[in-house]
Amino acid sequence: MRHTISVLVENKFGVLARVAGLFSARGYNIASLAVSETLDPQISYMTIVVEAKDAKVLEQINKQLNKLIDVITVTDFTKKEHLDRELVLVKINYAPKDKPKLAAIFEKFVGKIVQHKADMATVEAVGDERQIKALLEELNKFGIKELVRTGKLAIE
Amino acid sequence: MIGARILLESLKKEGVKIIFGYPGGQVLPIFDQLYDFDIKFILTRHEQGAAHAADGYARSTGKVGVCLATSGPGATNLVTGIATAYMDSIPMVAITGQVGTHLIGNDAFQEADVTGITRPITKHNFLVKDVKDLARIIAEAFYIASSGRPGPVLIDIPVDVQRADTEFIWPENVNIRSYQPTYSGHPGQIKKAAKLISQAKKPIIYAGGGVITSGADLELKALAEKIQVPVTTTFMGLGGFCGTHKLFLGMLGMHGTAYANHAVMESDLIIAVGARFDDRVTGRLDDFAPGAKVIHIDIDPSSISKNIRVDVPIVGDAKNILKQLITEIKKLPDTGEWLKTVEGWKNKYPLTYKDDSAMLKPQYILQQLWDLTKGDAIICTEVGQSQMWACQWYQYLTPRTFISSGGLGTMGFGFPAAMGAKLAFPEKEVFNIAGDGSIQMNIQELGTCVANKINVKVLIFNNGFLGMVRQWQELFYKKRYSFTPITSPDYVMLAQSYGAVGIRVTEKTQVRAALQKAIQTDNTVFIDFRIEPEENVYPMVPAGKAINEMIEGLA
Repeated sequence: MRHTISVLVENKFGVLARVAGLFSARGYNIASLAVSETLDPQISYMTIVVEAKDAKVLEQINKQLNKLIDVITVTDFTKKEHLDRELVLVKINYAPKDKPKLAAIFEKFVGKIVQHKADMATVEAVGDERQIKALLEELNKFGIKELVRTGKLAIE
Repeated sequence: MIGARILLESLKKEGVKIIFGYPGGQVLPIFDQLYDFDIKFILTRHEQGAAHAADGYARSTGKVGVCLATSGPGATNLVTGIATAYMDSIPMVAITGQVGTHLIGNDAFQEADVTGITRPITKHNFLVKDVKDLARIIAEAFYIASSGRPGPVLIDIPVDVQRADTEFIWPENVNIRSYQPTYSGHPGQIKKAAKLISQAKKPIIYAGGGVITSGADLELKALAEKIQVPVTTTFMGLGGFCGTHKLFLGMLGMHGTAYANHAVMESDLIIAVGARFDDRVTGRLDDFAPGAKVIHIDIDPSSISKNIRVDVPIVGDAKNILKQLITEIKKLPDTGEWLKTVEGWKNKYPLTYKDDSAMLKPQYILQQLWDLTKGDAIICTEVGQSQMWACQWYQYLTPRTFISSGGLGTMGFGFPAAMGAKLAFPEKEVFNIAGDGSIQMNIQELGTCVANKINVKVLIFNNGFLGMVRQWQELFYKKRYSFTPITSPDYVMLAQSYGAVGIRVTEKTQVRAALQKAIQTDNTVFIDFRIEPEENVYPMVPAGKAINEMIEGLA
């Protein structure tokens, strides 16, 4: 099962390697990882989506992360109310005649065309896990050429 | 002041008395400062020896051990020693030189990504990029290494940082916001534990290395005596509870005593203190102590509920928690029947071996060593059969008298570790219990011993085999002794060629005199004991079995 956790870390050289190394050394799987500076440039915020087969594994992941010297706090969102978002960029097959169909989609989802070249358009969209999944299903009807996603961001 | 000098002044501030190491191109500024500096330096013959010696110094004193090596191969040679210290939670600071900052990442001569290599085997590590950070980093390194659950910390110092000049400002306090170990146990949890203890019918204390790290041996004794509960220790816990105490059951687990294993399996309450339910202790997890509730005291939260389900976790320092727990227990459990049952197992399944052969038995040698020293010695070991016999056949009365690589099981550890212990306690007898395989892994340290008059006594249980692996091949691989027979040099001549003393013992009757001679000799001594080649370590729990499914050996 997938769990979302956030980790506040010292914004120091090598910290990402420590976190990533911990996951690989202990055989935990990272589904996605997003890192950036916070308001305080000395601190970075990581949102990590992990695969954990049971509560015991998840507990160990939390404890092991906490054990890293550069980790300030770990928050497990599994049982916590939180917001999460992901941004995707999707290149789809697109002809001008498709415009109304796409417009209908954007009535249901937060997204827009950010680039349009010949028979291809690049769509930008933001949403939570469920929304992104549904959106991608819709866009797939046009034919998805390429897809990049940021990985999940989560906040309490 | 230049970085190299700041390093040494900082080590002095930390109270460092001795450094083990080896020079090289990228630590020249440090060695130039060491030349007439007021810290003792021991030149080992291999960097691995330096790391293990620093480890042995740390294990015997409880203080932070320090080793120093150059970049690249010097640093990678420390790796096994660092990993050994990491697995056993030993406070150590390893200092390595690094190529100049402008060359890092350039595949420069003798460059290796040492912080990268050691990341998973250190508690923390640092690459010093600016000389202004150096003093603070050293203070942090010592603090991290020695606090909480201790462990090795590596500081990688590029050579230009060693040469760079700045003002030396020593930070009197270290405060790391992201690192705040918990020392005092939660009072509510301690109350719960006290209640479980009062209600228990068949409780047992299972104590580990945390008791020794925390200096909680007296509290452990007080608890055991107050509630009249049998005590077993892990390998790392040996010496944490007096080995001749009537409540002591010896070590548990794969090569533990049968009575300790039976007692744990039949218990209804396990009081775990500073131990981590390692696989060598629990055997097959699903069958481990099925009727027992578990109180788990440990300073490392990640050790709790990692392997087995815990009923009352208490995170904190063992000494603090045991003190509080002792006062919290108002009603004593009635353990009279239980102690009788345990005594029955002790009588029924004693540790034993067949002593009727003409061959020399390792157990006999250890019994003689015990008889001569009565625990007043530091016993270091290598890894394998000799190590397990040393756990079974010698009694450790006080903490830090048994020094051995538990978690990593590093062959070649014992000899250099014994040097570290002997330098810490020159007045004490320090023995290294070795096999003929292990001793050959760091035998070059004979040179260090003789050159520095570090008079350790090495007892080689020479059976011509890598004995523990041979034992497994005998029992589980149809006696196909694949690459376990091993040759040895003439240890007597080898010792002599280094300027040490060599003794050969082939008969039982020579054992005592040889040990006495070793003790009286003011030099490093190698005794080459030609022991029974195919003697096994029993009892033994085969891999994947429950710990009461032992092979007894003598039935």
